[in-house]
Amino acid sequence: MTDNNLSESNLTDLPVAVSSVIGVSQYLQIATFDVENSYAYNTLAATENANPLFWDDAVAQELTSGRILPPTTLSLWMRPHYWEPGAEGEQVALQVHFDLKKIFELPEAVMTDNTIIFYEPVRAGDRISNSQVLKSVSGPKTTKLGSGRFWVIDVEFKNQHGALVGIESYTGFGYRRDQEGAAS
Amino acid sequence: MTAEVRLLLGQVAVGQSLPELAIDVTPTTVVLGALASRDWRPMHHDYKFATERNGVADIFLNTPNQAAWFERYVTDWAGPRARLGRMKFRMKTSVFPGHRMVFTAIVTAVSTDSAGCGWVSIDVALSVGAAEADPSSYVVASTCEVRLALPDSSTDNPWSRSGEQWVP
Repeated sequence: MTDNNLSESNLTDLPVAVSSVIGVSQYLQIATFDVENSYAYNTLAATENANPLFWDDAVAQELTSGRILPPTTLSLWMRPHYWEPGAEGEQVALQVHFDLKKIFELPEAVMTDNTIIFYEPVRAGDRISNSQVLKSVSGPKTTKLGSGRFWVIDVEFKNQHGALVGIESYTGFGYRRDQEGAAS
Repeated sequence: MTAEVRLLLGQVAVGQSLPELAIDVTPTTVVLGALASRDWRPMHHDYKFATERNGVADIFLNTPNQAAWFERYVTDWAGPRARLGRMKFRMKTSVFPGHRMVFTAIVTAVSTDSAGCGWVSIDVALSVGAAEADPSSYVVASTCEVRLALPDSSTDNPWSRSGEQWVP
């Protein structure tokens, strides 16, 4: 799915810990909670979205045989709780991204591109799962933010029936600020 | 029929503009959007972290919330029967509190696929600047290419498609 214009690094330029996982499905995870409508309301309120498909039961029944969640809420179902019993340290959603930051010793990162493809609608009561695939890593780059590398990660989301509900592709830029010190 | 038929495929043409949408961004806009998408990263709610650690001007709108804003913008125009197929967006600069976000868009393609589903392609621009500034000084913070399914008749419903009938 990746169609970015990154100049991808030659695999031999990359640490084995990175080159060995390019194209490999990692971190298969199942959400720890069911899809629920309250998150739809939070998102709809945050964006002042009045689409009756998400507010009006009669409209939802006619178009989608019942309530569905706004499609762009796709990623939130796999985001971990900020804290839960037994968890240590910061809980993160896109582990491959954080793995790369650690491997390349790049303390900062931003997302620059995002592609989402929507398949079966997500409904309250669904239990979503996903897995992450590192698609590519660029050679060293310098931008106005600092020096680092770009990478592309695809995330495939399915429901509890195994039906594909969406694919999300992120381009991240991990970097070290050129004025080092504040970024450590 | 309860669901409004706001826009049919035949009513859309290449080059058509969507109505502009302007939103003034506050810290609440950023924090509400981040928490709604379960994004707990501090650069979306912690000013000191964003400015001193990330080196940016303020807390800023997170990626999933930008996606939700793009969804709201295009479905405001197209109505509840419209179904998102694909979004591809690029964030060039961050959206901060104090900005006015202005969404504009133009239709770049109108087509029907081999399964009979009608599609429009839309290029959306999210421009930002100080709310009190001249809008001509605003810069494009993000761009988004949207592929949106539209009904081709008052009885058509893109949401009813699945499997091989849905090719987003």
